[in-house]
Amino acid sequence: MAVASFRREWGADALGIFFIVALGAFCALWGAAHASDRAFAVQMWTALAGFLAGGAGLVYCLGRAPGGAPATKYENGVVKAGVFASMFWGVAGFLVGVVIALQLAFPNIFYFPDFGWTNFGRLRPLHTSAVIFAFGGNVLIATSFYVVQRTCRARLAGGLWPWFVFWGYNFFIVLAGTGYLLGVTEGREYAEPPWYADLWLTLVWVVYLLVFLGAIWKRQEKHIYVANWFYLAFIVTVAVLHIINNIAIPVSLAGWFSYSLFSGVQDALTQWWYGHNAVGFFLTAGFLGIMYYFIPKRADRPVYSYRLSIIHFWALIFLYIWAGPHHLHYTALPQWAQTLGATFSVMLWMPSWGGMINGLMTLSGAWDKLRTDPVLRMLVVSVAFYGMSTFEGPVMAIRAVNSLSHYTDWTIGHVHSGALGWVGFVSFGALYCLVPWLWKKKQLYSNALVEWHFWLSTIGIVLYITSMWVAGVMQGLMWRAYNAFGFLEYSFVESVEAMHPYYIIRALGGALFFIGALIMAYNLWRTAAGGAPAHEREGDVPAIAVAAE
Amino acid sequence: MWSFHKWFERHSLILLVGILVVVSIGGLVQITPLFFIESTIERVEGVRPYTPLELAGRQIYIREGCYTCHSQMIRPLRDEVERYGHYSLAAESMYDHPFQWGSKRTGPDLARVGGRYSDEWHRAHLEDPRSVVPESVMPPYAFLARADLDTANLGAHVRVNRLLRVPYSDAQMANAATDARAQAEPMGDAAYDFEQRYPGAAARDFDGDPARVTEMDALIAYLQMLGAGVDFETYQAEAPENRR
Repeated sequence: MAVASFRREWGADALGIFFIVALGAFCALWGAAHASDRAFAVQMWTALAGFLAGGAGLVYCLGRAPGGAPATKYENGVVKAGVFASMFWGVAGFLVGVVIALQLAFPNIFYFPDFGWTNFGRLRPLHTSAVIFAFGGNVLIATSFYVVQRTCRARLAGGLWPWFVFWGYNFFIVLAGTGYLLGVTEGREYAEPPWYADLWLTLVWVVYLLVFLGAIWKRQEKHIYVANWFYLAFIVTVAVLHIINNIAIPVSLAGWFSYSLFSGVQDALTQWWYGHNAVGFFLTAGFLGIMYYFIPKRADRPVYSYRLSIIHFWALIFLYIWAGPHHLHYTALPQWAQTLGATFSVMLWMPSWGGMINGLMTLSGAWDKLRTDPVLRMLVVSVAFYGMSTFEGPVMAIRAVNSLSHYTDWTIGHVHSGALGWVGFVSFGALYCLVPWLWKKKQLYSNALVEWHFWLSTIGIVLYITSMWVAGVMQGLMWRAYNAFGFLEYSFVESVEAMHPYYIIRALGGALFFIGALIMAYNLWRTAAGGAPAHEREGDVPAIAVAAE
Repeated sequence: MWSFHKWFERHSLILLVGILVVVSIGGLVQITPLFFIESTIERVEGVRPYTPLELAGRQIYIREGCYTCHSQMIRPLRDEVERYGHYSLAAESMYDHPFQWGSKRTGPDLARVGGRYSDEWHRAHLEDPRSVVPESVMPPYAFLARADLDTANLGAHVRVNRLLRVPYSDAQMANAATDARAQAEPMGDAAYDFEQRYPGAAARDFDGDPARVTEMDALIAYLQMLGAGVDFETYQAEAPENRR
């Protein structure tokens, strides 16, 4: 009986996925056969290989399913896969970051004239996409699937569809990443994937939304937990941003190049509306979902303030969306739009710090755990970095400050204090929590290695952001320096030359962060694979503050 | 006072719609007016659509990720105007799908790099940046000179641009491939026709290799026309309609 219902349940979803995979394989084959350029042909063969592998994997799973273990309470397999993918892409993305940092520090050593695809211009999108979308995206998908099941006390909806989300998303990453190396790009930061990858991601994302909502619909709790508000805002808003910013007309259905619907100033604002809210909703709202679940769980304390969560949530998502124009200060964007962007960016400081306070104060009565639990310390330090970069951001959004900081490495430093400090550390903390929980181990393989990871990464971040502060401010000041005769003091290339020591320090900082991640990967591997006996946890639901009736 | 929030917490669809409404407001207020307020893009003389060769060069500029290190947007600040030239106008990128204003200057701004250096300099610089600028950290692009430019699809490129309301004529669309070759190897009737279709566009052998039309030809042709368009003799920056 159980087996029969199991089969029936898997039937419809497997059929749907099989249809998508077959259609995708057909399109890829057609594209490969008609390709108008080599890069597109390579992309389509890659896609075809991906679809065939997907189809084979599906058939294998279906063949195995009826004899397998009975359905567990929660769908843990896809979360485990997400943890693995997160760690893999994290290491890969950090490595590419170190490589491009070295290219700027030692151009004579790290550029290869015969291998144009290793040039900075192609590797930089690979680095940003690998860390934001591959590492960050997999962390978000894995944690959201984990959190929504526990806080709703319901299994993920849709049978095989969560697996479709996982593999479909990682297929998108591979297609986009190999594309960058081939020179396939739409030429707008963080929105570089070509039109066919964008279409595929749209499909995957809609399924992601439905799978996530499905678990909420099946919930056995009256209230939707605060972490899920943030995850939901992240999923919904990223869908809106992605679709509108990527409207484009391909030159040919058999080629990768497309022209964006908007041009010039309208395209610029749409792109930075997207770009800034990729930060606001992908790198902030989603990871705040992590904060609101993992910090209370790890500290074993309830969230500090329920009312503050409500204010934090609505104020944050309302204000963030306005902040995009601060990327376009003093450009040809009309000044009223710049002023709006700056104003809302400064206001954004408040909900950001409200969220920080809510996260930090959750430790009330449990501060002593910071001494003994390096994982909790990592989570808490991430919130501190969140507070720091969400203060620095509004400052840089002020036009007078921006006139100095814009176009310089200060921006790069700012991004990395948020990306390494906040997104990186909160993700590491969540992964350190998840592995023992999922693989049913009492504890991590080694807390000492977590300490090493924590301190190497922290020193790495400090080296990174301080060197970029100095570099950025120096660039800005050199560009605007005048001599006693009223002429510009420095040629541009003198400012490039002055960067050399700071680019070396930055590369060193990045390398430390990368080494920390390698230590983490080893530690997680030993934890999951280790022979420690299974350890069942109880009470997967955190203490929830409930609305006053 | 806080009990109203239970509506959002207990009904996922209300929460979903609430999120959609709240995140839509900012974008609608900021972005949509740009399509309707007439003064968003200045009226200027001299901005023309890219020639097919320049369009191909721009595609290479995008493909190689030049925008990750070079901006094309001069701000109205004294030092920038003195270093790079007149500050950039919205009109100068009105045919740019996508825009390439950039966000970082690891290298200098390129909005007005056209005509600043010779073709030979660009060629040497792109092939080995440190041969002409020892302190440069730019990657080498020698492979562009070895790659023949694919002109077969340029007609389709022009057609899509026309769909997006970039004002190309029928003749410009029909002769895109020939025009690209004629601009890089200006000889005979084709060169004359090209001049008729794109008055004022520079036609010469950009890459110094008269036997072939290469990607280097296209990229240098694009770089050499950047910023040269607007006639600042007739543009009145202080006129009320241009003050924004």
